[in-house]
Amino acid sequence: MSFSDIFSGDGAARKILNLLIQGAVVGAVAFVSWSLFLNTQANLEARNIASGFGFMSVEGGLPINDTLLPYLPSDTYGYAFLLGVLNTLYVAFLGIIFATIIGIIVGCARVSSNWLVSRLATIYVEILRNVPLLLTLFFTYAVVLASLPHPRKSLNPLPGIFINNRGIYLPSPNPHNGFWFVLIACLLAFFLVYLVYRSSKKKRKLTGKGLPTGRIAFGLIILLPSLAFYLSPSVIDFEFAVFKGFNFKGGVVLRPEFSALMTGLVLYTAAFIAENVRSGIQSVKKGQAEAANALGLKSTLIMRKVILPQALRVSIPATTNDYTSLVKNSSLAVAIGYPDMVSVGGTIIGQNDQAIEIIGLWMAVYLTINLIISLIMNWANGKVQVVEN
Amino acid sequence: MVTSNTQSDALIFRPLPAQTPPLSLTGPLGWLRENLFNGWFNSLLSIGCLVLLTIIIPPLLSWTIFDATWAGNADSCRESSGACWTFIGHKFQVFLVGTYPSSEVWRPALAGGLLVLLSLGTVCRVFSKFILISMWLVFPFIMYLLVNGGLGLPIVDQSRWGGLMLSVGLALVGILISVPMGVILALGRRSKIVTIKSLCIGIIEPIRGVPLITILFMASVMMPLFLPENMQINNMLRVQVGIILFSSAYMAEVVRGGLQAIPQGQIDAAKAVGLNYWQMNVFVILPQALRHVLPSLVGRCIALFKDTSLVIIVGLLDFLGMAKASTQDSNWLGFDAEAYIFCAAVYWVICFSMSQYGRSIEKRGPSEH
Repeated sequence: MSFSDIFSGDGAARKILNLLIQGAVVGAVAFVSWSLFLNTQANLEARNIASGFGFMSVEGGLPINDTLLPYLPSDTYGYAFLLGVLNTLYVAFLGIIFATIIGIIVGCARVSSNWLVSRLATIYVEILRNVPLLLTLFFTYAVVLASLPHPRKSLNPLPGIFINNRGIYLPSPNPHNGFWFVLIACLLAFFLVYLVYRSSKKKRKLTGKGLPTGRIAFGLIILLPSLAFYLSPSVIDFEFAVFKGFNFKGGVVLRPEFSALMTGLVLYTAAFIAENVRSGIQSVKKGQAEAANALGLKSTLIMRKVILPQALRVSIPATTNDYTSLVKNSSLAVAIGYPDMVSVGGTIIGQNDQAIEIIGLWMAVYLTINLIISLIMNWANGKVQVVEN
Repeated sequence: MVTSNTQSDALIFRPLPAQTPPLSLTGPLGWLRENLFNGWFNSLLSIGCLVLLTIIIPPLLSWTIFDATWAGNADSCRESSGACWTFIGHKFQVFLVGTYPSSEVWRPALAGGLLVLLSLGTVCRVFSKFILISMWLVFPFIMYLLVNGGLGLPIVDQSRWGGLMLSVGLALVGILISVPMGVILALGRRSKIVTIKSLCIGIIEPIRGVPLITILFMASVMMPLFLPENMQINNMLRVQVGIILFSSAYMAEVVRGGLQAIPQGQIDAAKAVGLNYWQMNVFVILPQALRHVLPSLVGRCIALFKDTSLVIIVGLLDFLGMAKASTQDSNWLGFDAEAYIFCAAVYWVICFSMSQYGRSIEKRGPSEH
């Protein structure tokens, strides 16, 4: 019997000493937490800092300029923080979608047989992965913003779209009753396509031959919405941004902070996702594709039915990690002034010093988002794993 | 007789000399066909890429090299249309060591030189493992002495540390402390004692779930509240503690992966020869587990080095911080691109060489003995 037996939990003295050591650990943790608590209380009192979440209903007067819901400086701290959380979610959601699209394209480009394309993709991945994200953000923010023109000389790449150093101005959509009609038609079409796929699968299991699903789906998705579009009198109109005084008014504005954050975040994460896609595709042995080819499958079918299902098994777990780090990295918004949760919370800390409550809230929100992502991705991962009979 | 002879002569099979393959399949032309134009889709892609490159590369080259200003001052930069590399030259010392006193700059330079030599020694494997590890443990103290002062050298206040020196310092100390802490956390997480196990999980998972920024905020804003009033420590040390905590949680997960890869037979065998828990881990399990995950550990080190750039948010001026600060110098306004490109180039060289080293370990394979 020795000290090491206690740690490993085996040996003769296991039962008694195990209890002793458990007690000691609990005691130590309790002691440390208690003394931290006492210190904190003393410090808070000495510095005259309030505690508790009472401040959330106090009028904040924070300057926040880019929110999804309307915001006035007279709104409360709690509402401002909520808007920050919404912005974090918004950036994370859009970021994940765009990063996935670009990541898949770049990943496929890396394994392309085209020398030039694969080299360019490698250069992209190696540059983005080996430079800190914050630097990429500063670069996009400072350099791209500086090279954009003054509102008076805005770029006008497409009618109704204006780009200048205050942001990107898009026409804002204004849905009429007909729009909802078309939307319902779209949803209906997708639902019907789903039904067709299901019955085709059933039929193929029974008879060996399915329905021409591709053609039916194409027809449904094009026909139904366009029919609805023709039948309804007015669907949608756009409110264009108009130059008034010193800047554009109206329309939808993508502010430079938002654009820079999205660009940096998406390009950076896409480089990592591209690596997952590449390693996934390369993990599928060449013989698999050759065997499928020998069976007479078409190349699109080989990709869809043989390579991808096996590649996803390797790619999905790594991509889950990249999604969660994208969410965490969206906190870098604070460095370029986009009002996400960390940025708004940081301003609140600066005003009332209630760091513990705010940091606690940050942690709770991030842990929740990441938990949800893990759950969704674990579900997706379970779908693609080998089902052993 | 003569005729039959010539006849049989004509009937003898004589292979013609082998024809050279058609020009379109070999040489540069064949290479082009094979790698750029095999099929209409790839041809389109190649042409698209070539067009894109011809649009991008000439202006980029003229900006970075041909039209760039390599000497002079801010005014000569503003006159030319190219990059202003003099700006980097002017700010070079600030980029590397921050506001460290000029008369003492040789000290961080010497420390940096030592670090480069040590890294080269590690990569080229000139020393035995024991000497290497002890050097990695001793050298940081020498470097700290050099940079900080003491033993006859004048002390340089930590508020004047900055630039690349600070980034490397934070990363180096972070790595050297967080790897052993990660090992301990990983062992604790696999312990059979419930309280130790849950304590380790309770440390690892929350830290991995939140961004580094919140940990840094916590270190910089919350830690002073936690400590007794007579025990306040400076911001840099607090940030360093935050970085170590953050990194340890990730290192622990990497090490745990290695521990899980060790077959149960190894553990049983170690127990059978009478090793206790620590002997078993130190001499049997950990050497194998760590060798297994060395590439991922190197990956975490790269990530940690990149992450040190976030300290700018809690008010420390590291390499990136100095680059950002120097773009706001009123004499040198408008050279953001140059500063960030230089900064990116340095980060890239360091991180890329580290990742190449990681790859070389991976190729060498996990089992060396």
